[in-house]
Amino acid sequence: MNKRKIYIGIMKGAMYFCTSLTALLVLFLFGYVLIKGIPNITWELLSTKPSYLAGRIGILPDILNTIYIVIATLIVVLPLGVGAAVYLNEYALNKKVVELIEYAAETLSGIPSIIYGLVGMLLFSNNFGTSILAGALTLVIMNLPTVMRTTQESLKTVPQSYREGAFGLGAGKWRVIRTVVLPGCLDGVITGCILSIGRIIGESAALLFTAGFAHAINDFFTGLTSPGATLTVALYVYAKEEGEFAVAFAIAAILMILTLLINLSTTMVGKYFAKRRNI
Amino acid sequence: MKKNKIFEDIVHGIFLILGLITVGCVVLITIYLIISGLPAIKEIGLINFLFGKQWASTAAEPKFGILPFILTSIYGTSGAIVIGVPIGFFTAVYLSKVANKKVRNIMETSVNLLAGIPSVVYGLVGMLILVPAIRKIFKVPDGASLLAAIIVLAIMILPNIIKVSITSLDAVPKEYEDASYALGASSTETFFRVSVPAAKSGIAAAVVLGVGRAIGEAMAVMMVAGNVANMPSLFQSVRFLTTAVSSEMAYSSPGSLQRNALFSIALVLYIFIMLINATLNFFLKRDKEK
Repeated sequence: MNKRKIYIGIMKGAMYFCTSLTALLVLFLFGYVLIKGIPNITWELLSTKPSYLAGRIGILPDILNTIYIVIATLIVVLPLGVGAAVYLNEYALNKKVVELIEYAAETLSGIPSIIYGLVGMLLFSNNFGTSILAGALTLVIMNLPTVMRTTQESLKTVPQSYREGAFGLGAGKWRVIRTVVLPGCLDGVITGCILSIGRIIGESAALLFTAGFAHAINDFFTGLTSPGATLTVALYVYAKEEGEFAVAFAIAAILMILTLLINLSTTMVGKYFAKRRNI
Repeated sequence: MKKNKIFEDIVHGIFLILGLITVGCVVLITIYLIISGLPAIKEIGLINFLFGKQWASTAAEPKFGILPFILTSIYGTSGAIVIGVPIGFFTAVYLSKVANKKVRNIMETSVNLLAGIPSVVYGLVGMLILVPAIRKIFKVPDGASLLAAIIVLAIMILPNIIKVSITSLDAVPKEYEDASYALGASSTETFFRVSVPAAKSGIAAAVVLGVGRAIGEAMAVMMVAGNVANMPSLFQSVRFLTTAVSSEMAYSSPGSLQRNALFSIALVLYIFIMLINATLNFFLKRDKEK
């Protein structure tokens, strides 16, 4: 009897201890980075580019590069990912092909980003030069499984009767997909977008050798063809190579705030579409 | 009518191509890694490459043995698993079985946040808190060490382990637990002696997923592990397979044996990841079949 009580006590204690440890860890990480970082975020930091002459560091180019790379990646990855999901859910009849594609997607999502970086360097940077475009194309391969999976999941929730109704009215397959299936998977596409944005913003290893670490201010189209550091790469360079911890923490705080916003919007999108479905 | 048929066939073809792009990517990545990874292995010799204990790529008489990197990656990953899995496991059991809805919601959000933090931020915090702390507590000359990397990796794999374990614990049929209660077991006993064994495939998958994440992490490790090609030891500066690639890539010249050897390291890492993926699929499939 006593042995049993001890066992229960230990297990209960371990559960409470580990859960509080996890909670404290999250609190500490966010608290520490935000407290150390927010005081260092100044207007000058956000609105200028680094200049050795003036002895200042500005992260405007890195912010712009991050936005460019997000836009460029999404433009390419969305049609590819959504198309693949539509094929799997609407067209594919051969079970072997479906399994092959799903296995490939799982494999892709398990490959570490440093390997994407290397392959991206061989495939894209050697052809287009070290540039935002090469970085974005590398990230396309990385995010393909994410967009595909979220779209596929929401395609499954489009009721079969909608498709049958449209077919019954004499619509061809493509018309059904365009007018019934695609509008129905909007929530999956949006969720995929948000998750991809989160991953792109947080990515660094895959971008070091494909997009480089320049800090020049460019417009979108010159930006694509020239090298540039995103916020995470800039953080790495400032912290590891230059020892500029104040700037590194400012960037880290910005990244943490973006992480919060991205998480918040995923939940909100989920809730919004769940509500709309129930009506 | 015939025109319509051709049009539909074309659309079908386009979607088929889009579907096969993922397969194409995997094939492309594999081929590229093999083509660029093999020449250096051929030149150095497979045994010398895999089991050589010395890495001195820029020395006058260069040595390319990656045993230190392989062992560091294995030790580092095992260390992270030993610390991270128990914490993640108990947290998952608590959240899935004990916690009320409000606590569970808050904790799930926190775990998602933890998963969303970019690895460079982990690296930065590790560099400024963990590394000096290790130096002070253990009185070693430099805190940038295998231990620092293990702790950072343990934290980084935590969200994966918690999330996957919760999913499989939630899926345990309620009848199992009811039967256990009816036999007089307390709730805690039921969770650990009935629910956990029933969910063991899913939990195993969580562990394997953690292994994959830990072995593939580069940036955070690069910032805290010190990056010297030593044989692994807890308080020494070490280099992982991932960081071996990224730390020399920037200054190795294209076509040189040094760069080719880096690609060979990536190939070795890729093979590790493929083995881990296969294991993961095995567990996930077994979980689904039940």
